[in-house]
Amino acid sequence: MSAATTESATPSTTPFLREGAFGHATGLSCRECGHKIELGPHYACPECFGPLEIAYDFPAVTREQIEAGPANIWRYKALLPVPDDIEQSPNMEPGFTRLLKAHNLGRELGIDNLWVKDDSTNPTHSFKDRVVACALSAAREFGSKVFACPSTGNLANAVAAAGARAGMKTVVFIPSNLERAKQVNSAVYTDSLVAVDGNYDDVNKLASEIAGEEEGWAFVNVNVRPYYAEGSKTLGYEIAEQLGWRLPDQIVIPVASGSQLTKVDKAFRELVKLGLVEDKPYKVFGAQATGCSPVSVAFKGGTDAIRPVKPDTIAKSLAIGNPADGIYVLDVCRRSGGAVEDIDDDAVRDGILLLARTEGIFTETAGGTTVGVLKKLVETGQLDPTLETVVINTGMGLKTLDAVSDRVGPAATIPPTYAAFAATGLTEENVNR
Amino acid sequence: MSVSVRIPTILRTYTGGDSEVSAEGADLAGVLDDLDAKFPGIKGRVLDEAGKLRRFVNVYVGNDDVRFLDNLATPTPDGTQISVIPAVAGG
Repeated sequence: MSAATTESATPSTTPFLREGAFGHATGLSCRECGHKIELGPHYACPECFGPLEIAYDFPAVTREQIEAGPANIWRYKALLPVPDDIEQSPNMEPGFTRLLKAHNLGRELGIDNLWVKDDSTNPTHSFKDRVVACALSAAREFGSKVFACPSTGNLANAVAAAGARAGMKTVVFIPSNLERAKQVNSAVYTDSLVAVDGNYDDVNKLASEIAGEEEGWAFVNVNVRPYYAEGSKTLGYEIAEQLGWRLPDQIVIPVASGSQLTKVDKAFRELVKLGLVEDKPYKVFGAQATGCSPVSVAFKGGTDAIRPVKPDTIAKSLAIGNPADGIYVLDVCRRSGGAVEDIDDDAVRDGILLLARTEGIFTETAGGTTVGVLKKLVETGQLDPTLETVVINTGMGLKTLDAVSDRVGPAATIPPTYAAFAATGLTEENVNR
Repeated sequence: MSVSVRIPTILRTYTGGDSEVSAEGADLAGVLDDLDAKFPGIKGRVLDEAGKLRRFVNVYVGNDDVRFLDNLATPTPDGTQISVIPAVAGG
């Protein structure tokens, strides 16, 4: 007897799939037109090209069962497209990252009850470890020979590391102008880092073409994307569990392709459906950098038509000019009473410094964008500062040092004498907190 | 104008499994008409009922997404490489 059943296709009869390869997943369903197909390495609807999503037949799941699980995303394995023995296969074991009460940032912004979900503490320091863990499981079950991705950086880091740990051949494709730190963070794990002359959308196009030609290549965010994307749900599950099995009133999430935001919303709805949290209204807000803000522009314009843009922002991990899930971000933010907002690059840098100096968290440009947008949402009256709010920090500032390196540095350079120190004027009264 | 069109996996049922086919047409609309004459039904997978590009399909003429060019009116000179690709992004 199912606890919660999504409308599903006939369970897969694909011969090469072992029983239970995808846990309680029953098939793939087009988010756009509802067309259903069997589980397999498919990502686009054969009828309308729409994105395929996993359909499930969930078992009854209790809070106690989840709490007894490991301190990583596999505590939620019953709700993911992974086999029950997932923990037996070498993987990065990401997730169950800290949810911090942000007293100082809250005070600074005038928000009574603010939390930071800090995914910079994942194995390769971004939320991408979550989605890659689910994609790796799918690649294994499909018998893929090469683990690959097009990436704006964090995903390349996560794929390269997970591939190394899994003992799989790994190839990652990045824009050649990517931050040096993100290049090194991938290249340490694999010799097969390919820098492509072009922006992320160019890299993505190339990867899609390769995926169509090369049998046995699992591009995590292309041909195994339905499985990969489900990994973002674990952010939503964790936030609810860490709040004491309840949903926040408001949540602010960065938007690149838009997948993460839609999956956090999906996670909240699944938890309600499974009876794990009480049903209540919550508002979802999306954050973009102005130099790549097609979803924000569409939201403010009151339209569903998202016009692709050529990105021009320091927030490279959000620089997706043609966001495939943008339309669904609009749906979620409008349905929930939230909003999509954007800030310029200076405000992104300010957001990085604000989070660092109030909470001791060094975030990357995507996090700076999210914190900066949170500030703007309060200032413009779009977000209610009296309601409990969660902001997601998706990555780590050490990967994007260039963003703030010219804004910070020594307050003084002095000889090692007390007199020189005294001359700096750094007394207890005037040292900044 | 003879052009080369890269066909995505999900449309290869129309092209007998071929991943690359030739077509004629002065612009993208003409190329799609020619493809549909050779492979009946394929145009209806790329365009919606209103005759516009489907939301989740990207068509590139050369290296440029036609949404940044002239959409279906984008010229397709002799020798142009056209790619039809499902719209996925995120990484």
